[in-house]
Amino acid sequence: MDEVYDVMILGAGAAGLASGIYSSRARLNTLILNEGAIGGQMVLTNEIANYPGVEKTKGYMVAGIMKKQAKEFGCKIKSNIKIAQYKLKGNIKIIKLEDGLSFQAKSVILAPGGKPRQLNIPGEEQFKGTGVSYCATCDGDFFTDKDVIVIGGGNSALEEAVTLTNYASKVTIVHQFNHFQAFEHAVREAEKNTKISFIMESEPREFKGNKVLESVVIQNVTTGELSEIKTDGVFIFIGYLPNTDALKNIVKTNELNEIIVDADMKTNIPGVFAAGDCIVKKYRQVTTAVADGTIAALSAMEYLKSAD
Amino acid sequence: MKMLETAVHEIETAAELEKITKENENVMVSCGRMGPMCIPVYDAMEELEEERPDVKFYVMGFDTPEASPITNAPMCRGFMGLPFNVYYKNGQMVKATTSIQDKEQIVSVMDQFFA
Repeated sequence: MDEVYDVMILGAGAAGLASGIYSSRARLNTLILNEGAIGGQMVLTNEIANYPGVEKTKGYMVAGIMKKQAKEFGCKIKSNIKIAQYKLKGNIKIIKLEDGLSFQAKSVILAPGGKPRQLNIPGEEQFKGTGVSYCATCDGDFFTDKDVIVIGGGNSALEEAVTLTNYASKVTIVHQFNHFQAFEHAVREAEKNTKISFIMESEPREFKGNKVLESVVIQNVTTGELSEIKTDGVFIFIGYLPNTDALKNIVKTNELNEIIVDADMKTNIPGVFAAGDCIVKKYRQVTTAVADGTIAALSAMEYLKSAD
Repeated sequence: MKMLETAVHEIETAAELEKITKENENVMVSCGRMGPMCIPVYDAMEELEEERPDVKFYVMGFDTPEASPITNAPMCRGFMGLPFNVYYKNGQMVKATTSIQDKEQIVSVMDQFFA
């Protein structure tokens, strides 16, 4: 508890690791505290093909290199922790963990990222791993020559549906609206695939089965009609929520619980910055998270210099 | 042949798996790939290696026939999500879980079966 870090970064996704690289390379005493897996949603991305300067690669590999870079510059990383308390006001910021440990720093960068949105319907937890999946590239081959359903209408849903056609005999996309949120090229790829069919304006209500998933109850959101579809598997890709539940009464957030920052990634609390998928912004990409993280670290450096 | 890029020791053969589980009282093996559901489990195991000296932690590639003692285990029947996480007590498989598990969930299984 006695050690006071210059910069404490909460989160080790693209934004947090970028902050860690910049801050530790500037010889600031830097600590990253991370509640989830190092790499955040980069690890959840099978392939990254649009990161400038990097040819097509695996998400976990980019995350691994960022982690190595940060550590080599002297950044300390503590992951798989649970934060119990935030004290962000004042010159010294304090973070208390559930295991009783406390850490303090002169500045904090909030980079908790996002978490996959859950359906929270009956059967989702029960059939996780026995029919309900969140990763086509991980679990797709368990469904070879079987019928599967994909829930969602964004880029992930449509791209993963196309991936699943490499294994499954039939893929049905169930989406709540009458149009997709995905980019046009992803929609076109899905629409031209003969193995993919669509059920629009419908939402899942329940997953049913015995030891493994056997069917999904779906409701048409316009007519209210319920129907039960037999299936071997369901893949859920319904987007992400900012991971800011614990922060919403501590820093200023908008109605979507996204942290409000200025162009320098400053929050409403002096010495507290935010970066990545947790902030108010339109585009959430690895590139934009890295940019946010970089700006937050540089702003933290400036803040520390002015506070000296 | 090694298939996984993690700091956790990788078991490469069924014979090695049998030897390890027989020679150690408490063993956890995560059998998977380098995928988004698997990597967080390996990360958690890497940390648990320091915190739980009473348990030996290993990973094993899913796409090898050498992993068949895990992939074909009765406890893993019906599993359709990677990784398969299996727990051995005195050489016997006592628990198996499928798909991603966080550190807390892994610790909870260990506390229940390795006490």
